Amino acid sequence: MAKKGLLIHYDYCTGCMACVVACKQEHDYPAGRWGIMVKDFTRETEGRVQVDFLPFPTDLCDLCGRRTAAGERPACVKHCMAGCMTYGEVGELARIMETMPRSVLFAPR
Amino acid sequence: MAKGTFVRTTAWSPGPGCHGGCGLELYVEDGRLVKVEGDQYHPYNQGRLCPRALALTQYVYHPERFLYPLKRVGERGEGKFERISWDEALDTVEERLGEIRDKYGAEAVIFAQGTGRDVGGPISFLCYSFGSPNWVQLGLAGHSCYTPRLAAMMFTHGDYAVLDAGQFLPEGMADPEYEVPKVIVVWAQNPAAGCQDGFYGHWVTDCMKRGSKLIVIDPRWTWFSSRAEKFLQLRPGTDAALALGMLNVIISEGLYDREFVDEWCSGFDELAARAAEYPLDRVSAITWVPAEDIAQAARLYAEARPAAIQWGVPIDMGPSGTTIAQAITHLWSITGNLDIPGGQVIARAAFEVATYPFSTQELHSLYGEEFVKRMNEKRIGAQEFKLLRNFRGWGQPDRAVEQMLSGEPYPIKACWIQTTNMLGGQAADTRLHYRALKNMEFNVVVDCFPNPTSMAVADLILPAASIAEKESLRSWWSPLQVMMPAVQVGECRSDWEINLELAKRFNPELRRRFDTVKDLIDDRLKPSGYTFDELKDGHWKFPEKDTPTRPYRRYEKGLLRPDGRPGFRTPTGRLELYSTSFKEFDMDPLPFFTEPPESEVRTPELAAKYPLVMVSGRRSPVFFHSEHRNIPWLRECDPDPIVEIHPDTAQALGISDGEWVAIFNDRGRIRRKAKVTPIVHPKTISVPHGWWLPETQGTEPDLYGIWDLNCNLLVNIGPGDASGYGGGPYKTTLVAVKKLGEGAAAGRGAGDTAKRGEE
Ligand code: SF4
Ligand code: SF4
Ligand code: SF4
Repeated sequence: MAKKGLLIHYDYCTGCMACVVACKQEHDYPAGRWGIMVKDFTRETEGRVQVDFLPFPTDLCDLCGRRTAAGERPACVKHCMAGCMTYGEVGELARIMETMPRSVLFAPR
Repeated sequence: MAKGTFVRTTAWSPGPGCHGGCGLELYVEDGRLVKVEGDQYHPYNQGRLCPRALALTQYVYHPERFLYPLKRVGERGEGKFERISWDEALDTVEERLGEIRDKYGAEAVIFAQGTGRDVGGPISFLCYSFGSPNWVQLGLAGHSCYTPRLAAMMFTHGDYAVLDAGQFLPEGMADPEYEVPKVIVVWAQNPAAGCQDGFYGHWVTDCMKRGSKLIVIDPRWTWFSSRAEKFLQLRPGTDAALALGMLNVIISEGLYDREFVDEWCSGFDELAARAAEYPLDRVSAITWVPAEDIAQAARLYAEARPAAIQWGVPIDMGPSGTTIAQAITHLWSITGNLDIPGGQVIARAAFEVATYPFSTQELHSLYGEEFVKRMNEKRIGAQEFKLLRNFRGWGQPDRAVEQMLSGEPYPIKACWIQTTNMLGGQAADTRLHYRALKNMEFNVVVDCFPNPTSMAVADLILPAASIAEKESLRSWWSPLQVMMPAVQVGECRSDWEINLELAKRFNPELRRRFDTVKDLIDDRLKPSGYTFDELKDGHWKFPEKDTPTRPYRRYEKGLLRPDGRPGFRTPTGRLELYSTSFKEFDMDPLPFFTEPPESEVRTPELAAKYPLVMVSGRRSPVFFHSEHRNIPWLRECDPDPIVEIHPDTAQALGISDGEWVAIFNDRGRIRRKAKVTPIVHPKTISVPHGWWLPETQGTEPDLYGIWDLNCNLLVNIGPGDASGYGGGPYKTTLVAVKKLGEGAAAGRGAGDTAKRGEE
């Protein structure tokens, strides 16, 4: 089976934390265990301030195997308030990425 | 987890805590809520969901939740409560409030709520059934939450208006009638962190994806500022000057919609003359925003069609909030953006179903004109403030707290406090509100968890149901929908259930009308022609085309006025840029700028002593005001009571990131953990509100750390204006900050001594 992954259009990530909690709920991770974290990369750059967030699926991310096996989207992808995450085959996602500036592709273990 | 059985419902209040509207799927196993998902078929959120709704299971089954009625057995503040039955609890309320009514009159009881949640309907119903006119957002200085903006819109256009994100159309943004705004002005809000005023915040990102360009007006950089064509970083509280400056550019450069203005508006010449008093050099000096940026933003907005404005509560909290709002409404009015696709659409409750009385018209339809008039005789603030008397049903919060202490013009003896934690939240001058509530003979708290307010003042506690446990209805604004219970938790009851039962005791006539909550909901649904059962399980309804509660261009079609003629629901039928109603209310009929009560301009000596402007109230995506600090999944995302401080300011004060600092002025002193960040202006600090530490000592004197952490200890009450609205100085209080040094962490008693309420 082709390798699956997450394409994250981080330019649109507003730092809303929905993915973080969606993942915890789905996996019943207690506080302190994170399947995905969202990091703030706010910085001053050329006289302006750039507020950017980047979601980082951790080693606990299993791409929501149980959900996807049942035909559901991963919990983070479905609930992302900005709709900035896509689940799919890594090769296919890489092609989408060509026309998606400021995005990252995540392939889990 | 595989799909199991779920109940489809709509979010509004306890749980996510929000202004609501999302479709939810509540998964139940063996009578227990096991999971929450967004409803992907729901037009509002299309499956998406915020962290607070996703953490609902931790909220619903939290070990500290109130599960049954409690009565106080120790002194107030000792935290000693004893379980009682619902019968005993309701008998007690009936007896105690009844005695007060007999002795002092029904007006001696205040019915206090917090923000715009699914409590406004039930609490006003109980308040009026009891016979009190005093339905109050107690603690909310200047009544500055949406009501000032609503008043400005009502007395200008005769209706309310919101950014058109397709929310009134069944197909949303995909509807063929819909157009995406070419430009969106995000004015004083961070829509990423919540869904304020019933508006799903991420509709703004949806519009951006479809091409909307942004203008952002805020004292603080947000995710949206970084993506804006123009970001205007204004001095807190100067929004009216900025809006008038933009109006001046648009009018003097002829960028307004002449046809719309000529055909539909009145008072344009007066507005033009007023705007001319705000040349850009003056506005720039007032607002800190470069003149050229103001001009460019004004042109960008006026030349785009359609364009829309998404505005936030800081407008209400500015000095004279109604006038700031009025100036901003004129931007969309004179550019012809009102009630067009992708503009500012007129927002009415779907099918004119009144749940939460949003306007005088709705109060009349629910309770009758005579009744409302009678209530006005004693309503707090209604004699003093003509606008307030003629708008909605609220009592004036600042006058209410004063009256709770002074007993003038008549005594206030009891407070019904329903799902509002004002001492941990909105109450400006926390100590004053603490004393006022302590001064009551009887306080009832209806809530889900112990909090500083319940701990300090409750005599009786009633356990409120969460969103997962209740039946209710929602028509704010579209679609019309109902809420369905999925589980029962302890003996918790919904706000409607509690209030209907008590209302029947106070007004036995209601027994004949409503047996159950469902009967009451069905009664309220009547204007729509639907019943609760027809709407449940995801059968939400949008109004039909060409009806008064669905856009567009209703003023042309005669759908807005009661007489069916084209035009607006104003005294003149025109969109009144010069408000004849404001004139009648002894207010300036045109917008104007006034300095914040404390500022470098108005109070320079004070500013020399306290050189920083404290802006409170920035939203966190994981909290709703003072809620959710006890929910583990949420708290770990935003763990500490921080203060955001600019790197230059921090450096000058010798403060490093993560260090505990004191924030103080003549009213008091609090502590916060410094977050050094360039998103704030060097002359302002941002201090998130609603902080208390549920994990620390709740009994007095600690009250979960509020005397140590709550920023509203430093904020004065309002109002600052003849309208009775606006000027809750939450955004413009002057303070100084200083380093505290080693070991000064909150909640551990180290460093400063906590300030107590008695001081
Ligand atoms: S794909 Fe599933 S496991 Fe991975 S981060 Fe998203 S929610 Fe967590
Ligand atoms: S849910 Fe989406 S927008 Fe929100 S933090 Fe996660 S990736 Fe970012
Ligand atoms: S805050 Fe917004 S996303 Fe969350 S439940 Fe409320 S309306 Fe829905």
